[in-house]
Amino acid sequence: MDTATSFALIAPELLLAVSSLLLVLAAAWGGDKAARPVTILAVSALFGAGLLLWPVLHLGKVGPETWAFGDLLRADAFAGFAKALIYLAAIGCLVVTPSWFDRMKAMKPEYPVLVLLATLGMSLMVSASDLLTLYLGLELNSLAAYVLAAYLRNDSKSAEAGLKYFVLGALASGILLYGMSLLYGFTGTTSFAGIREALSGEMSNGMLFGVIFVLAGLAFKIAAVPFHMWTPDVYEGAPTPVTTFFATAPKVAAVALTARVALDAFGGQVDAWRQVVIFAALASIVVGALGAIGQNNLKRLLAYSSINNVGFILIGLAAASVAGASAMFVYLAIYVAMSLGSFVALMMLHDEDGRALETFDDIAGLSTKRPALAWCLLALMFSLAGIPPLLGFWGKFVVFQAAVEANLVALAAIGIAASVIGAFYYIKFIKVMFFDAASPATVADSTRAHWAVLGITTLIVSPLGYFLTRSFGDLGDKAASALFLLP
Amino acid sequence: MIQTIAFYLFAVLMIASAVFVITARNPVHSVLWLILAFFNAAGLMVLVGAEFIAMLLVIVYVGAVAVLFLFVVMMLDIDFAELRAGFIKNFPLGIAIAMVLLAELVLGIGAYQAGALQLGTPDGLAAPMADRSNIESLGALMYGRYLILFEVAGMILLVAMVGAIVLTHRPPKSARASQNISRQVARRPEDAVVMKQPTVGQGVEL
Repeated sequence: MDTATSFALIAPELLLAVSSLLLVLAAAWGGDKAARPVTILAVSALFGAGLLLWPVLHLGKVGPETWAFGDLLRADAFAGFAKALIYLAAIGCLVVTPSWFDRMKAMKPEYPVLVLLATLGMSLMVSASDLLTLYLGLELNSLAAYVLAAYLRNDSKSAEAGLKYFVLGALASGILLYGMSLLYGFTGTTSFAGIREALSGEMSNGMLFGVIFVLAGLAFKIAAVPFHMWTPDVYEGAPTPVTTFFATAPKVAAVALTARVALDAFGGQVDAWRQVVIFAALASIVVGALGAIGQNNLKRLLAYSSINNVGFILIGLAAASVAGASAMFVYLAIYVAMSLGSFVALMMLHDEDGRALETFDDIAGLSTKRPALAWCLLALMFSLAGIPPLLGFWGKFVVFQAAVEANLVALAAIGIAASVIGAFYYIKFIKVMFFDAASPATVADSTRAHWAVLGITTLIVSPLGYFLTRSFGDLGDKAASALFLLP
Repeated sequence: MIQTIAFYLFAVLMIASAVFVITARNPVHSVLWLILAFFNAAGLMVLVGAEFIAMLLVIVYVGAVAVLFLFVVMMLDIDFAELRAGFIKNFPLGIAIAMVLLAELVLGIGAYQAGALQLGTPDGLAAPMADRSNIESLGALMYGRYLILFEVAGMILLVAMVGAIVLTHRPPKSARASQNISRQVARRPEDAVVMKQPTVGQGVEL
């Protein structure tokens, strides 16, 4: 494969890289005045990169024709699906950001540039088919994320979030690198295809340690229990637009990367990692559900909710089948819509002075003050809880169906039982908004951009979203078959 | 024979100094032990015939990173008077470490002259080196097969730079007094001058 073809395959990444370089220059010369134009340009770059994905998504390409640079990167249907989700989530986050930061006069043109660079890293992560690409993509994404978490540098909570995220993220990278070095030592190759081949026979202890360490490092990045401890603090401390970003795009990238590593590189040794994934899935569901109950801060609560959701996604991975992977991607798409919507709703909750309303006491009786916002939140919370007419139910349904088909009935049963615990705090949200006496705090008007994103995500999770299930399922199947190298 | 002796010397010293890095109570000593550990790692690399990596270790780690560490350590709150008080007491130790480094240098060069260590590989045969130096081989890999990853590493460094500036840069307050003519012209006497009638025994309140 010649270099030109390779470059054509990574066209979306090239577009993101070139536009972020140009926007760095624009930010350097334009100063703070350039913040809004740079944001608009960054959104259009993401949109353009998304359009470049169309052929891959439409044709559902798999196999060697999608391998770039001698199988360092794979621009197949799976990567295309994940990238489309990531770009959409990043666009949603960027659209709602400027007006939030303008309230504290903190919007700088570097913000959209960092988001673009993080998105470039995520693009590389989901198309990685070599440990080196995996690591570099992950670091590009993480490094930008650390800076974003500490973005409000004069706010002690934001600085704390950045520092915690950096220290624990560095630890996770260390664990991941150690696992990768073991794998390289015992298999003699860094490419996923080579590792798969080397692992196909008898597995030595060193290989097993490598597999476990790599999975542990990835579990840190997707915030699965027992490597979830950073999530509540970082999500609470980081500025809300940044939290919105963390809960959506990087989550998709890390989950997709985990799926690719588990099913492609370690695909020949499913039994070696299945118990690990099953444990992480169940522990995430239970800890995510129980941990959220005592929380009064809404951002912390949604952080636990994201841990809980990662558990359900991992159930799809534990099935280790085409149906399981496809269910995972469908759940991921629905999860992105739900968490984008609920965090944007949190961003809209602030009083006239710009103080954020982020505890249960603040939103008491919201339905009398801002009925439209309260009803949107109601739809999102019922959907997160998985109550039937809303789309969240369908996501849980396909995941559990895949688990049952893979003879993991016990796992599915425990998962369903634990999701009932999770329903408690989602419904508490609704009880506080609709049935409690109104709090004295007033809720200020929100900008059109916030309403637009909230409206779109609410429409997706509403029963109308079932019209999307066919195309979601279709794309999910194509992506899953790309992962299993089926034509 | 000389290679084996050199190997054990470097390896033992490296592990010992790595232990001292984490047990030393004084951070400056920690950094100095770290430098010794890096030197020994470089020695090991020379022994296996990877001269380029050895040079990188010395130049990048000892030269740049260790100096950077020292800067950071200097910013910590350390009582330097107390440190200097121990100078005479620690002088023999310092001389001893310097002698160790000198001996290693001689031994390392000697071992290198005697040819690279024969590495044990699973099948007992080391892969034959292509007919070029290992700098050339590394360059061919980095700018050929792994070109795209090399570029991505560049992007990561860019993110680090942008991030450092975003988190620390504050708009500069100009050191020189700057003249704003329109402000000077717009200044009116009533804004600038206050008339006071101080009574005897009372201060003036401005």
